[in-house]
Amino acid sequence: MKPQAKGAWPSGLDRRSSLTLLNAVVGFITKTLVIAELEVRKLRHDFSEVVVRAIQPALWLLLFGEVFTKVRAISAGDVPYLDFMAPGILAQSVLFVAIFYGIAIIWERDMGIVHKFLASPTPRGALVLGKALSAGIRSLSQAVIIYLLALILGVKLNWTAGGLIGVVVTVVLGAALFSSLSLIIASLVKTRERFMGMGQVITMPLFFASNAIYPISLMPGWLQVISHINPLTYEVDALRMLMLSHGTSSFGLGVDFAVLLLATVTAVIIGARVYPRVAT
Amino acid sequence: MPAILETISLTRRFGTLTAVDALTVSVNAGEVFGLLGPNGAGKTTAIKMLTTLLPPTSGQALVAGFDITRQAASVRRMIGYVPQALSVDGSLTGYENLLIFAKLYDIPRGEREGRVRDALAFMGLSDAADKLVRLYSGGMIRRLEIAQSTLHRPPVLFLDEPTIGLDPLARKAVWEHVERLRDDYGTTIVLTTHYMEEADSLCSSVAIMHLGKVVAIGTPAELKASIGGGDKTLDDVFVHYAGDSLESGGSYRETSSERRMAKRLG
Repeated sequence: MKPQAKGAWPSGLDRRSSLTLLNAVVGFITKTLVIAELEVRKLRHDFSEVVVRAIQPALWLLLFGEVFTKVRAISAGDVPYLDFMAPGILAQSVLFVAIFYGIAIIWERDMGIVHKFLASPTPRGALVLGKALSAGIRSLSQAVIIYLLALILGVKLNWTAGGLIGVVVTVVLGAALFSSLSLIIASLVKTRERFMGMGQVITMPLFFASNAIYPISLMPGWLQVISHINPLTYEVDALRMLMLSHGTSSFGLGVDFAVLLLATVTAVIIGARVYPRVAT
Repeated sequence: MPAILETISLTRRFGTLTAVDALTVSVNAGEVFGLLGPNGAGKTTAIKMLTTLLPPTSGQALVAGFDITRQAASVRRMIGYVPQALSVDGSLTGYENLLIFAKLYDIPRGEREGRVRDALAFMGLSDAADKLVRLYSGGMIRRLEIAQSTLHRPPVLFLDEPTIGLDPLARKAVWEHVERLRDDYGTTIVLTTHYMEEADSLCSSVAIMHLGKVVAIGTPAELKASIGGGDKTLDDVFVHYAGDSLESGGSYRETSSERRMAKRLG
């Protein structure tokens, strides 16, 4: 091809290249949905995973939440501690499951499944985003169980359609973000043992250096800084606004979603670059 | 006959180890080509490069006319690949496993259902189509894997140890299906195997690899003649060219995963 001067594209070529771009985008979205469909079909055949997932958040809300409400150790402003904590536990339980998503990647590597997908013409980004999306869909069962428990425990929930849709979007986005992060780690460390170690190491700081179970204002200065660069903080902030009937947000929903979206896109792009290493 | 697969000095190093050392082979369209060799000879590494999973350190390869490094996406449209390890999903039905791949390979919506049913029938799996794959036998799984990777009718099919861990009956069934793929669709097949009698009866030409290098190449008959002919078998050829390799076979991790595989399939 001859080099072209900037801005001198002939219009015919321009239209053709924008058409191929459109095809590529449609192809990308279609393939992403196929990968997500694959995961959802698996879930349909084995529903037990959904049930098991519900146990952990239930334990946190019932044990930790109930006790800390009684001792009044943490001041959460005007709202009862349990109300403050419920969105935090939703974000936390989604995080805990998503961050170990990479185990499935390593399992698929030990079998030959990853190899077959990578030898197919599916765009790498679609493979990663499809898996991220499916992690999001799976995490919705956790949202359902937390709403149920919160209702029983007397948390004042926001039942407006906007609030519910907002919660679904936030939860899916959060799960997509942390499962992509997990996929990146799995692609780099490649073995189960090393992956479990890494998962443990990053889960604790992500969870405790966030506003999930106590307000940031209670933290020492250096930890407040870390909390502000922790995407989980923004997920929790958005959930607090959307999930509770008199919910408030510290950063505003715009900032929350911008941070979550940017972090997710970044993780998927990095994931698409490192995922092919799984097959080597 | 035109060459459909060609490699020129294809090389892959892992640190100081040269897993594949200047591999130069040419495979004609419609052939069944066998890559033989002991564990660790570099067969799987060669296949991984040809299927675009692993970038070569140096050298070149053309698959169906496309360069494996510069035109990887086009290569992927032209090939089917059945890895050595288990590559179908046990928690889906056989039908679903194929349906997902029909979608990934852009088989038009109207043709999908028919193509999937045909592939299942071709591999003798129609009755098991709606059963979960985790309930399949080893031989059925292999046939499903081959069905899955030939849905888009690829000109070139790579089979890495297609009969490992199968009992003789299941092995025979897999062979018959591979031969029918070649006869009915003219598919070029590149396979690796440990079983010499399998290579002898299936392959029109074979290359024996040893420590990353091709040490002998030709038709099974030519190779047998090269060591004296007569009542020599391909086993004798193998021992002649790769004989001093008792200590070279596979790492601990490889052995463990191979045994686990064999158990799962068996």
